[in-house]
Amino acid sequence: MLSIKNLQAKIDDKQILNGINLEIKAGEVHAIMGPNGSGKSTLASVLAGREEYEVLGGEVEFLGKDLLALEPDERAREGVFLAFQYPVEIPGVSTINFMKTALNQIRTHRGQQPLDAVSFLGLMKEKMKLVEIDQSLLNRALNEGFSGGEKKRNEIFQMAMLEPKLAILDETDSGLDIDALKIVANGVNKLRSKNNAVIVVTHYQRLLEYIVPDFVHVLYKGKIVKSGTKELALELEAKGYDWIKDEVSVA
Amino acid sequence: MSKDNQVLEELTSKEYEHGWTTNIETESAPKGLNEDIIRFISAKKNEPEWLLEWRLSAYRQWTKMKEPKWPNVTYPPINYQDVIYYSAPKQSAKAKSLEDVDPELIKTFEKLGISLTEQKRLTGVAVDAVIDSVSVATTFKETLGELGIIFCSFSEAVQKHPDLIKKYMGSVVPVNDNYFAALNSAVFTDGSFCYIPKGVRCPMELSTYFRINAANTGQFERTLIVADEGSYVSYLEGCTAPQRDENQLHAAVVEIYAMKDAQVKYSTVQNWYPGDKEGKGGIYNFVTKRGLCAGDGSKISWTQVETGSAITWKYPSCVLKGDNSVGEFYSVAVTNNYQQADTGTKMIHIGRNTKSRIVSKGISAGHSQNSYRGQVHIMKRAEGARNFSQCDSLLMGDKCGAHTFPYIDVENKSAKIEHEATTSKIGEDQIFYCLQRGIDEESAVALIVNGYAKEVLNQLPMEFAVEAQKLLALTLEGSVG
Ligand SMILES: Nc1ncnc2c1ncn2[C@@H]1O[C@H](COP(=O)(O)OP(=O)(O)OP(=O)(O)O)[C@@H](O)[C@H]1O
Ligand SMILES: [Mg+2]
Repeated sequence: MLSIKNLQAKIDDKQILNGINLEIKAGEVHAIMGPNGSGKSTLASVLAGREEYEVLGGEVEFLGKDLLALEPDERAREGVFLAFQYPVEIPGVSTINFMKTALNQIRTHRGQQPLDAVSFLGLMKEKMKLVEIDQSLLNRALNEGFSGGEKKRNEIFQMAMLEPKLAILDETDSGLDIDALKIVANGVNKLRSKNNAVIVVTHYQRLLEYIVPDFVHVLYKGKIVKSGTKELALELEAKGYDWIKDEVSVA
Repeated sequence: MSKDNQVLEELTSKEYEHGWTTNIETESAPKGLNEDIIRFISAKKNEPEWLLEWRLSAYRQWTKMKEPKWPNVTYPPINYQDVIYYSAPKQSAKAKSLEDVDPELIKTFEKLGISLTEQKRLTGVAVDAVIDSVSVATTFKETLGELGIIFCSFSEAVQKHPDLIKKYMGSVVPVNDNYFAALNSAVFTDGSFCYIPKGVRCPMELSTYFRINAANTGQFERTLIVADEGSYVSYLEGCTAPQRDENQLHAAVVEIYAMKDAQVKYSTVQNWYPGDKEGKGGIYNFVTKRGLCAGDGSKISWTQVETGSAITWKYPSCVLKGDNSVGEFYSVAVTNNYQQADTGTKMIHIGRNTKSRIVSKGISAGHSQNSYRGQVHIMKRAEGARNFSQCDSLLMGDKCGAHTFPYIDVENKSAKIEHEATTSKIGEDQIFYCLQRGIDEESAVALIVNGYAKEVLNQLPMEFAVEAQKLLALTLEGSVG
């Protein structure tokens, strides 16, 4: 589904990604871990098409298409979804209105009819249940005055609404209390299928107990320096990153 | 050029939608302004002697006045002798019914989305359609008449309700109030008049639609709304003009008189031709709008969405004379390309426990300049007066300007005044967030801008709100730098 080859990218003359290679098949969940500043959010942003980042080399193929050639909104309509580490506030625009605009543009792109108000509301109610989010939150201006946890939950609600092929969750677990963490993980799990894939960026093994990954990768200085299965996450939790850093410097 | 800038270029090059002209025969006065022209206008309108005298006195005062230089706008000097002060579609006298109205005129308004045929109208809105200098049709007159509501063109009111006109015209905006008001008083040609009797709640929106058609013509209309005790009316005003290379002058006067416990809501969606991308042409919009809360417990609320005009100079104000009276001003002013707007409000608190609320949302893009100018004056007698002001500016790109000039005068210590102001830029982050959800850039900007202006748009009647949202989007889409 997603094939990243030797991806390099910079921002403001500082190269952050130094040759990333990653293969993700439909149905898989990949966890990406790594120390602060190693480039995890940068990778997510480059995949989503954020303009500030300049791709210096490499290729990204998504469902047979050259992802890097697409505009950010086209990528989204093709099925790439990014749950932001820091979701922004949009005053005066309710989540409901925002989602209606987004969903209908995506539907149009897929050759489907836009949803009328009634069907939209029906779909919304269903997804609200899935992530246990309250409608009063969705009536409010998008993310404005939301608590950290509410913002994250709102991201997952949006993911549930848009049903992406590839979801990238950038530290969706940070800021969540234990109950919320379970709810969010549960929501993600319910959306998992043979046809979609998830990239989970996290610092904590705890999330991976709920969203069990097929692979775990360690990103360090803009490169994937180690890959393994979920046991790798446990090892990192126990030992930290120093041994990996040592391995890298020895190599 | 960054991608955003490209989109900006593309979208701001969108043509003004209402730039066409209608081929109708018109009858005009010769160019220029003098006492003979005023006599000509007055005679054309078959006016009583007292009104001619009123005009002439206004003219004499005007000749001694100076054009205001304090607004934060620049334009070449206006040659007032180069303007045509009277232009009317040629039709035999004023049409008595719609069948008598020139079909070309009906078509003109239909093209603007305004049907003068009552059956086709959205129920709930009565329209007075004014083209160039004269009112061509007023709908739903009979229905309103049954309630004792008078809604007709200003000229007709002069003929049929001279005592009301004589009593209230100039009672809110005196002839010599300012340069443009004096000019209007001398040469005004038509406009709307509305009277709501005691205790009557007007069952439909009343609306005037102004259209400038003829070239080199100034439009000087007057609107007078009188709301008797305990009455209520919601009034709408819309306007467009053809695309022309030379600037055209529009100097209107709107007066609202509210008696005890009366409520008047006045909404404007102003979409005069703004000039082209280089700033050529466009309407100079110099307008005096004022409401007098004469009676206790009365309320006047102004809502404006200003998207057009090359220059906007406009301060819809409230004089809160009655005790416990309330004044409100909600405004969205958008400027793009080389547009200049200096707009805001004045809230004059005279009575006790008077309240005012100001919500102003400026949006500037391109090379435009957008100023909020507002005054809150609490007079000595205004015990317990309160004001709340919120003035926000949104910038798109880095070539435009936003300015805020708040003036506060307090002569009574019990007054409570709150003033908040913010300036922000449309964030790249906000746009990217929308894009990432599959929303294209145009829709993203429309969404964000409408969200920003929501508090004001919410004040508009439903159909107007939709139109206003579209207009905002159209004026600004993609203007991100
Ligand atoms: N505009 C910029 N100029 C220079 N360096 C930048 C800029 N923006 C980000 N960086 C740097 O890029 C590096 C990678 O940042 P990124 O946000 O991808 O890290 P991360 O792995 O997501 O970290 P965290 O775990 O803290 O979220 C950081 O060192 C950051 O300081
Ligand atoms: Mg990060």
